[in-house]
Amino acid sequence: MSLYALSKLLYTLNRDPAAKAQFKSDPGALADRFALLPEERAAILDHDIGKLYVLGVNGQILMHFAALCGIEWSDYLQRMRDGVKVYGPVRAGIYAMTTGVDEKVAGA
Amino acid sequence: MSLVFTGICSHAPGITGREERAPKELRDGLYAAFGEMRDALHAARPDALIVLAAEHFGNFFMNNMPAYAVGMGESYTGPIEDADWLRIPEREVRGSTELSKRLITEMLQSVDVAYCEEWQFDHGIMVPLHFLDPGNELTIIPANINCQGPPLTPLHRAWAFGEAIRRAADSVPERIALVATGGISHWPATPDSGRINEAWDREFLDHWLANDRAALLRYTDSETYADAGQGGFEIRTFIAAAAAAGGAGRLRYYEPIPIFAVGCTVAEMEIA
Repeated sequence: MSLYALSKLLYTLNRDPAAKAQFKSDPGALADRFALLPEERAAILDHDIGKLYVLGVNGQILMHFAALCGIEWSDYLQRMRDGVKVYGPVRAGIYAMTTGVDEKVAGA
Repeated sequence: MSLVFTGICSHAPGITGREERAPKELRDGLYAAFGEMRDALHAARPDALIVLAAEHFGNFFMNNMPAYAVGMGESYTGPIEDADWLRIPEREVRGSTELSKRLITEMLQSVDVAYCEEWQFDHGIMVPLHFLDPGNELTIIPANINCQGPPLTPLHRAWAFGEAIRRAADSVPERIALVATGGISHWPATPDSGRINEAWDREFLDHWLANDRAALLRYTDSETYADAGQGGFEIRTFIAAAAAAGGAGRLRYYEPIPIFAVGCTVAEMEIA
């Protein structure tokens, strides 16, 4: 797993307007700048919030990627929960889910 | 001259970005408490305000992560997030390289801080400034403790950083204010966003208000992670504020507001 590279992509995307523009015009080329595994690359290109969450991306950068993709807050929370349901528990990092896959805490 | 004001407050982006989704009486109470703190802060006539935050990968990342950082720019910008998402307009904030240099020089006597001539403020600083300096009048010096990317600095070092801030503030002729921002228990930006351990928060706040150093430093990261979530690691900024002020605290507001993802807190501390 290259969680660091994946996170670096999202960090770059969050703070760099040129990277944002490239993400819109040529997302594959943006992804090529980072040493991603196929699964990570696909998750970025598919806007797969649930997969990115399960891969261990820190929510503080993931939530901005979701907003950039036009995903509203409650939908963002649900997509993470759905990701755990489909792909299993969070594999790395400190943003693991502590509640059940069918619970709703807030924001629903 | 000296440290003239110390406060702590929450900085959750939902406080502004999702404000209409909170129960009105809770939002209004929180906003009123921010207003009271703003008045107290400005009444202290600070020449500069140090905002001690726990930022979220706006500037600092695992390629080069400082445990402690202090701004040394002539100006700063924010928010780094989408202004419409945060609902805080972009602003340029005045800094003071010269004052920062004097403060940092003194801090370095005891804590190895990184210095930064560039800094784009994220919600950790912009949400507090939105309420505490709506007119963009103050000279701001940002400071940061890494509370996001482990390994994290131990709590006793956060205390030492607070002491260094105090010593630095007391060493310059300017009047320095300090506002530390962060959350107590919370699980922000996870599916558990909105989970809040109110009992844990209130116990922590009791220790903070009493400025009980031993009790504040007794928390371990594994306990905090289990009881207060990864967001609980941000107690470091509140602990540093207690070390800087040295007196007793006064709580203006604490209420769990789940849609804001945190037990919303506004408090001040006597300078002793």
